[in-house]
Amino acid sequence: MGSFFHRHRGLTPYLLLAPGLAWLTLFFLLPLAFLGYQSLQSGSFPNYTFTWEFSNYAKAFTDFRPQLMRSITYAGMATVLALLLAYPLVYWIAFRAGRWKNLFLLFIVAPFFVTYLIRTLAWLNILADEGPVVGVLRDVGVLADDGRLLATPVAVVAGITYNFFALMALPIYVSLEQIDHRLLEAAKDLYASPAQAFLRVTLPLSAPGIVAGTLLTFIPAAGDFINAQLLGTPQQYMLGNVIQSRFLELIDYPTAAALSFVLMATILTALLLYARIVGSEKLTG
Amino acid sequence: MSATTADTAVVTSRLGVGARAWRFVKRHTLTVYAALAFIYLLLPIAVVILFSFNDPVGRFNYVWQGFTLDNWREWDAVLGLREAVTTSLQIATLSTIVATALGTLMAMAIVRHHFRGRGTTNILVFLPLATPEIVLGASLLSLFITAQVATGFGTIFVAHVMFIVSFIVVTVKARLVGFDRHLEEAAMDLGANEWTTFRKVTLPLLSPAILAGALLGFAISIDDFIITYFVAGPTQTFPVFVWGAARVAVPPQVNVIASSIFLIAVTIAVVNVIISSLRAGRQQQGA
Repeated sequence: MGSFFHRHRGLTPYLLLAPGLAWLTLFFLLPLAFLGYQSLQSGSFPNYTFTWEFSNYAKAFTDFRPQLMRSITYAGMATVLALLLAYPLVYWIAFRAGRWKNLFLLFIVAPFFVTYLIRTLAWLNILADEGPVVGVLRDVGVLADDGRLLATPVAVVAGITYNFFALMALPIYVSLEQIDHRLLEAAKDLYASPAQAFLRVTLPLSAPGIVAGTLLTFIPAAGDFINAQLLGTPQQYMLGNVIQSRFLELIDYPTAAALSFVLMATILTALLLYARIVGSEKLTG
Repeated sequence: MSATTADTAVVTSRLGVGARAWRFVKRHTLTVYAALAFIYLLLPIAVVILFSFNDPVGRFNYVWQGFTLDNWREWDAVLGLREAVTTSLQIATLSTIVATALGTLMAMAIVRHHFRGRGTTNILVFLPLATPEIVLGASLLSLFITAQVATGFGTIFVAHVMFIVSFIVVTVKARLVGFDRHLEEAAMDLGANEWTTFRKVTLPLLSPAILAGALLGFAISIDDFIITYFVAGPTQTFPVFVWGAARVAVPPQVNVIASSIFLIAVTIAVVNVIISSLRAGRQQQGA
């Protein structure tokens, strides 16, 4: 076997790659191609025919504009919220937690150990109309006496924020952890106030983590349908809910397929805009 | 370093009372915030575990009624739950094994070799990670429908391997980049052929990364709902079972299973943290 590799050295990488590449081609690229093919079909179940039906895309944009807008705004809000909530927390772990760092990191990952659907259902208990959170908010007057959190955008955004929190927190932690403490001491020696040192040294050095965290959170958040379905009502449904129901309940494959590509294009556009803002060199690392 | 600390102490004592109070508040605000944030992160988990001990009246397990151990004692009392859990474990095990093998080989090729198409391969590995799960699920179902493949256990397995592979490649790649190749060269100098070197030197040194990747893959597989839901057909994994139950009423036994999965995962993670900090301590002593 060894001598075979010796005689065909150039072949080795391809032999190593072959099984994995074949799997990804067959079950990732090929399906995407089929989805594209289906998105241009017309007719009704079970007789769909390929007719270059580009109107499916126009229909996807016009008929499901509210859901599309919700996907972007809910995912965007959840991403910003997760960033604001996660940054101070991982800052505390990286700079103040001492030798218990790993334990506190475990706390951040802990929600991932509870099945996704079940931790979302737990929010159903917490935010329930008879539950403690709604009770307190009603007493304080933030909510009306018959006000609720479930079935509102608040609950859906809160659920998404919670579910993808670790994806935001961990990359930021990694970039904060790598900061050379001598740089902070140097800033202090040069009479920078703590706020200045943070804004001029810590924050720029943690930017790669923020960028990575934002991408890792926004992509699954924009495609999510579970939070909207469990914590919301059809008034909060996102693009994912429509794709899911068109595909699996209404058996309207062409529309569902077109919507899938609309979702991907939307995410890509959002990411490109984001890249314009933060600078493309930070995106590619 | 000690000079700096002394300087700071002098500066601090010169600061006014107000500034010192501000400093105290600021330092502790962050700690208080961290405590609140941890409550936010852990509260839903506490709720899941708590409600596994609830004794619900009627069908709904949303309101606390009373403490009971019956749900844990009779976790198997719900029709279909045991099969769903078994299916989840089988699929996670099988797909992790296959994906770990494929992913490790791919990582070796990408890090160790320069070949035509390396850039394209990197992109192909990265793309599934950047694609929303719902699109992965929808596209696979589209293929299966067009090719008239019956969905079920086999299609779930195929899908799970597909999206775990990329995670494994990323994990193993990270370890391979920092790999000391002199060790392999030494083995070859001592007369080992490539296969023996791989088996006796490379693989043992890579095994922590491979194990980490495999654990991650297993966790992702057992937790996956969105992709699985699309390609499951009549087969039920544990998350698919929960989804079905959520439309009617979730029995407390579901909380029992979720709590068990959580406790097992936390135990593994805690043991891992303890072992790594012990090892770090020993290295510091040695130095």
